[in-house]
Amino acid sequence: MMKSYQNQRRLSLIFRYLLLTILAVVWILPIVWIILASFSYNNTGFVSTFWPEQFTLQNYIGIFNNPQYPLVNWIINTLIISIFSMIISTFLTISVAFVLSRLRFSFRKPFMQIALVLGMFPGFMSMIALYYILKGLNMLNLGGLLLVYVGGAGLGFYVAKGFFDTVPFSIDEAAEIDGATKLQIFTHIDLPLAKPMIVYTALTAFIGPWTDFIFSGIILSTSGNAKNYTIAYGLYNMVHNSKGNATAYFAEFVAGCVIIAIPITILFIFMQKFYVNGITAGAEKG
Amino acid sequence: MFRKKKHAAPAATFHEVWSKGSVATKLSFFIMGSNALENKQWIKGLSMLIAEVAFIVWLVFGGISAMAMMTNLGPNKTKKVVFDKAQGVYITKQPSNSVLILLFGLLALIVCMGMIYLYIVNLRSTRKNYALKRDGQHIMTNKEELANLFDARLHDTLMAFPIVGILSFTILPTIFMISMAFTNYDRQHPIAFSWTGFQAFGNVISGDLSGTFFPVLGWTLVWAVAATVTTFFFGVLLALLIESKGIKFKGVWRTIFVIVWAVPSFVSLLMVAQFLDYQGAFNSILMNIGLIAHPIHFIDNQATPLVARITVIVVNMWIGIPVSMLISTAIIQNLPTDQIEAAKIDGANAIQVFKSITFPQILFVMAPSLIQQFIGNINNFNVIFLLTGGAPMNNSYNGAGSTDLLVTWLYNLTFGQEQKYNASAVLGILIFIISAVFSLIAYRHTNAYKEG
Repeated sequence: MMKSYQNQRRLSLIFRYLLLTILAVVWILPIVWIILASFSYNNTGFVSTFWPEQFTLQNYIGIFNNPQYPLVNWIINTLIISIFSMIISTFLTISVAFVLSRLRFSFRKPFMQIALVLGMFPGFMSMIALYYILKGLNMLNLGGLLLVYVGGAGLGFYVAKGFFDTVPFSIDEAAEIDGATKLQIFTHIDLPLAKPMIVYTALTAFIGPWTDFIFSGIILSTSGNAKNYTIAYGLYNMVHNSKGNATAYFAEFVAGCVIIAIPITILFIFMQKFYVNGITAGAEKG
Repeated sequence: MFRKKKHAAPAATFHEVWSKGSVATKLSFFIMGSNALENKQWIKGLSMLIAEVAFIVWLVFGGISAMAMMTNLGPNKTKKVVFDKAQGVYITKQPSNSVLILLFGLLALIVCMGMIYLYIVNLRSTRKNYALKRDGQHIMTNKEELANLFDARLHDTLMAFPIVGILSFTILPTIFMISMAFTNYDRQHPIAFSWTGFQAFGNVISGDLSGTFFPVLGWTLVWAVAATVTTFFFGVLLALLIESKGIKFKGVWRTIFVIVWAVPSFVSLLMVAQFLDYQGAFNSILMNIGLIAHPIHFIDNQATPLVARITVIVVNMWIGIPVSMLISTAIIQNLPTDQIEAAKIDGANAIQVFKSITFPQILFVMAPSLIQQFIGNINNFNVIFLLTGGAPMNNSYNGAGSTDLLVTWLYNLTFGQEQKYNASAVLGILIFIISAVFSLIAYRHTNAYKEG
């Protein structure tokens, strides 16, 4: 009796390991294929086998020296935009989150309600309008793109506000009794406490420009100069223009994707804890 | 803490301020900031005065005409040649650029509303100063006013930039697009267009776009339900599998799945589209292991709609299950275990425990975020756009394919061949209404709503 129970346990564990292994393989297979494809020697514009017939580093060398698709320019552009966007957006988002969480004033509730309503409109419904606004300002360039990224930062306060809500109010009260101004409470007490939240907000803002191909495409494509693109639109444009017809650059595109995907993937894995906390905190509060 | 510091209700009515105030106070009703100047609040007074002067100059030299032009969106609807008497030559009159007219008109309206807000602020500060003076109390000096901006009025200071950003890059474009739904801005009227009321709505709901709208709406809802339910359900199962007793290296297993979620979607989805191609690696794997004899059209134009739709949902599971697994893991780790223990003592097996205890508990915690995910899936642009681009094309649809959602159709109507800008604006509004209705249901059924 005892033995059969143990056997059953062992069988169940083996079965679960087997299932998990199969799932893990299924999940990781396409990712492995992407990495393999980036090393495959290929000039048909297509990678149709799983295991490359011939390995090469040529794709990585090629993508850095391709005059038609200036990857280095894209990386520099994206880096500049993402750093500025990170600094400004983080400041705006954290300020709004702090204000909405810790201060009480007349337009607090209306602001949150409007933010909720605005969030329900499909994001790129306003893209035509943004396009014309930026065109009118003569800013269909990286500066304009930065404005678009930064412009909505005040609406992305939910996760950070949830964090501030968990910091006990009594700390603020104690400081206020000691004569601290609201600004001092913000900069000397709540900001240091919110360090993990600031890191999360900054990373999110930093990653945004590296993965956005829609807004960047609409705003930057009119210039027609590939040197002005950001990395996501550049790479998207590279494969979009070649989709369907064979080009020599497909494998190089994959190499470019891998170069970009590695740091972003690492950042994301690093951020997952914050992300989960944000979602579950939101879930508990409804 | 905040309540006791709240300012006492103003001791004076506007009527009293008007009838008993000094000349400068009375003037404040017309010349903004004059009361502040009288009380030596130079900075506030001067900035209000300058704002008013600038506003009036702008109103005369551009503001009024900008708003007036909005009534018909520009006089010239078509390109025409007219005789110019002053110069004695024929000149070509270009049609009015209605887009810019509408944009500047809306901008002018927003500026006017900002000015009205400033005027109210001016009146309130006048009333406050009046009451303080009447009661012989201290009126704030310039320095105190400025210091106040970083203390009691810190919210004004910190919110100023974000609000300007939201106004110009979210609210203005959104209102602009909403207005566009009431015009005939399309391929036939690409430059000058006019107000047409609800005609574009009629066109989408019962006109020549309705044959596309309702099937696409149906598929969007099916997709949103399928995508949300599959990722949630299997995410919970995966989380339970990894969390189950005896499995070692839980963190490593989780990371393997999380990698898929962490790769930027434009990379993973574009590559999966290649992976699943007719000549792609997936078909060659399947043929090599002997599962199929001929390659399958998964997501290209020769695919059948059903196969393409199932493929899209399956690929979405590939991306969505890891996230769902991560969140469920966090919830499972915090679930009370006493119920499960009690059930086990009573002889419940693993499936019964899952069905009657674990799953309902997770569902309860996750319900609000599930609704959010559902709305997110209605608007899930990336998966469809990058994976299939709407393919396979559907001949009975107008500008959409069999896997197109309302959002990707909206995108096609604007940036594709169709150029039905007004119809895409209508779609945006309809998507908003759908999202709003579901959110409302969600909020009504969660505790957050009851708590206010």
